[in-house]
Amino acid sequence: MVCPYTWDVPGGVMAHVRDLAEALIADGHQVSVIAPASDDAPLPYYVTSAGRAIPVPYNGSVARLAFGFLSANRVRKWLREGRFDVLHVHEPAVPSVGLLACWAARGPIVATFHASFQRSRALSVSAPVLQSALEKITGRIAVSDAARKTLVEHVGGDAVLIPNGVTVSRYAEGEPLPGWGPDGGVIGFLGRMDEPRKGLPVLLEAFTRLAPDRPGVRLLLAGPGDADDALAKVPASLRDRVGVLGMVSEHDKVRAYHSVDVFCAPNTHGESFGIVLAEAMAAGAAILASDIPAFRKVLGEGQAGALFTTGDAASLAQGAAALLDDPARRAKLSDEARLAVREYDWSTVARDVVRVYETVTATGAGVVEEEQTGRPRTAEPPAPEPRPAPARDHAEPDGQARPGRASEHAEADGQARPPEAAHVHPGEAR
Amino acid sequence: MNLVTTIVVLAVVAVITAVYVSWRAGRLDRLHIRLESAREALDAALVRRAAVCLELAASRILDPATSLVLAAATHEARTAGPEEREHAESDLSRTLRAVIDQERFKERLAETPAGPELIAELDTAVTKVIYSRRFYNNAVGQTRHAQRRWLAKTLRLAGHTEYPSFFEIDDDEPATFAKHT
Repeated sequence: MVCPYTWDVPGGVMAHVRDLAEALIADGHQVSVIAPASDDAPLPYYVTSAGRAIPVPYNGSVARLAFGFLSANRVRKWLREGRFDVLHVHEPAVPSVGLLACWAARGPIVATFHASFQRSRALSVSAPVLQSALEKITGRIAVSDAARKTLVEHVGGDAVLIPNGVTVSRYAEGEPLPGWGPDGGVIGFLGRMDEPRKGLPVLLEAFTRLAPDRPGVRLLLAGPGDADDALAKVPASLRDRVGVLGMVSEHDKVRAYHSVDVFCAPNTHGESFGIVLAEAMAAGAAILASDIPAFRKVLGEGQAGALFTTGDAASLAQGAAALLDDPARRAKLSDEARLAVREYDWSTVARDVVRVYETVTATGAGVVEEEQTGRPRTAEPPAPEPRPAPARDHAEPDGQARPGRASEHAEADGQARPPEAAHVHPGEAR
Repeated sequence: MNLVTTIVVLAVVAVITAVYVSWRAGRLDRLHIRLESAREALDAALVRRAAVCLELAASRILDPATSLVLAAATHEARTAGPEEREHAESDLSRTLRAVIDQERFKERLAETPAGPELIAELDTAVTKVIYSRRFYNNAVGQTRHAQRRWLAKTLRLAGHTEYPSFFEIDDDEPATFAKHT
């Protein structure tokens, strides 16, 4: 697996690669990850360093990428020594290790596209350079509808959708935050406070209706945004019952989920897959969510969490009151949520990724191996070494590009062999 | 002197052109190989799905009518010629949806000894048809694009390979299996 961004700095793609790799390892596969990392950084045993990442401005922000001869050599060496069955590149269009790996390898290559953006000048300008590398990718995965749309519009072609997972076990246990904790009255919210789509105003209005009659009810808010703006929407007399945590660390986030009696997801629309909701479910919170289609689906039409009419503060207040008054129902919802969230656990998501690996290796297409040296490696047509070959020189690449075509893998229906996946050596799967 | 320069320039141009054309041809060839593997993978996925469907139809878990419907659709899909194949496979998808999305189908199947394994296999088989078809159509799109290029057309870089066609079927998964979306 190839991670284009440095391992030292936590980020979305890096966390995805880490969680996927660990889920695959737990499932018995052999995984090796190459990622940029500084030489003295502590790395898990499955990560190989591709050299130090250099911060460069890329696509509108500063990205920490690894490129150049040193990284290219390390990627080649890693490919040569790993003898992988599948190469899985993340963000292959980013000019970093992923792109280098695409260039250096041949054989079954899977790529995951994470980013979504409206317009990318970098992608359009460098399209011809990228194309020859992207052409080699056999299976493409997008992590969200937005990422898939970006891919369709900028690169062309389609991808299968496999969303991010949640590492359920990471949220399962948590020490409640001091001063909070489930005491029968805490309602929680997590998300951008200044983004109307996340629905905080609806929750604040419902709280304003609820709080005067119920002295025990308090509100715990976490997420980026201006605390004063949020507090301004609540009458002054109630403000001391609203706690605003602001941006929280990963660790405190888990604790926050365990500090509430009812976790509220009042999103008004959007949110094709609520990662926050899935995290709260993993923590076993009793959930009260708006009835947008995505949430209804995740919550099994109300089985694993109560629903209220989207955007309706009165309905939210009513739902919250009913839940707060009924500890038995909360306990039941909590159990159901923990059960339902397994569908979104990384182990389940990894199963779909393994299916992609099996699809691209179904024909025994062979091991990912190093591109022949002497062949032009860049997309710049005038290659360094002139090799006057006849125009229809098909025989040469043809003879080399099908290693293991007639190997023992090619069984009658092509799928009867053991489920092998990322970098699994045949016979050692499971 | 002037003649020598001209010859050298021409030679360099010729070499560069040759290298470029050969590189293009190599790329096209790689695409063809990828296309062929993708076609084989798609074929394998469809065969696999049919096999699991037959197993389910023959398992005596289903009522006879459902079994018959499923077995008939599977048979149609397996024996269809190249022309009708897309239709037959789509029909199998629809039949499978009708069978699996019956009330409490999954629960009832899970109660039988062989049930849970069959469900898992069916889920995998259906998903793999979706994946492999998408990968195949991607490969088709890129290969077509490359074959249509001026250079490839003029020099017939594609050789005798035929112009590939997309494989268009209805492969929506049963609602019982659908997730994430």
